[in-house]
Amino acid sequence: MKFFLECDKAVHVCDKSQYNEASFFEKLMLKLHILMCKLCRGHTKRNSKLTKTIKSANIKTLRPEEKQQLKTRLRQEIDKDPQS
Amino acid sequence: MELLNPDQWVEKYADYLYNYTIVRVNDHIVAQDLISETFLAGLRSKKNFKGEATERTWLISILKRKIIDYYRKINSKKGKAEVHITYRDDDAEGDWLEENAADPFDKTAEDRMENEELGLAILECLDKLNEKQATIFKKKTIENFDTEALCKEYNITPSNLWVIIHRARKSMVECLEKNWFN
Repeated sequence: MKFFLECDKAVHVCDKSQYNEASFFEKLMLKLHILMCKLCRGHTKRNSKLTKTIKSANIKTLRPEEKQQLKTRLRQEIDKDPQS
Repeated sequence: MELLNPDQWVEKYADYLYNYTIVRVNDHIVAQDLISETFLAGLRSKKNFKGEATERTWLISILKRKIIDYYRKINSKKGKAEVHITYRDDDAEGDWLEENAADPFDKTAEDRMENEELGLAILECLDKLNEKQATIFKKKTIENFDTEALCKEYNITPSNLWVIIHRARKSMVECLEKNWFN
């Protein structure tokens, strides 16, 4: 349904706003849209919850160069014993 | 026997193993060493992997033993332990030791445990996405890469990127609703 935005456009703005990449105007249109559109309201709520959940988990990742070191180390070990 | 692909092992499991380890040993370097040892032990005993568990669970079971061994090793040095108390300034000298202890309003161990479980649940859900979706979603959402850099790295247009992100988010919501929120 079209209220200010088409639903598929609203969904896209919602995704962008999870990464702070939606403009002020887009966010405003989204807000107006979800006032009217129940489906997108539900979707926006779940989508934002995902963002919050992932932030709160504070997941740590290894740096790319640290991963590279691990890969190199494993490679060496495999090359030592090629039949495995 | 299938050919092992260690590059894929690292991409798929290193972050999961790291999150599991870091709350248990609380030291970045030690955690990295333990993960490296786990992968190597995994390679050596690949024959024993019967496929009853997932590869990830199997690696975790190896990692658990490595962590236990690590604490055994530390414990055997226990006799040498010393306690140093540093007063923050001269006036503080003679204050009760308790006052220098950790802030009770700091995050509790329980909170940290809950956080860790959530982190692992998220990484498990990520594991269910296809590889490209998983890597791009992780870089964008957890490692905060910007859109432009990701598009360049994977040679895709921004709209391709957003389609991938959208699909990944949808699966992630479904997976977490099933495995975490209930």
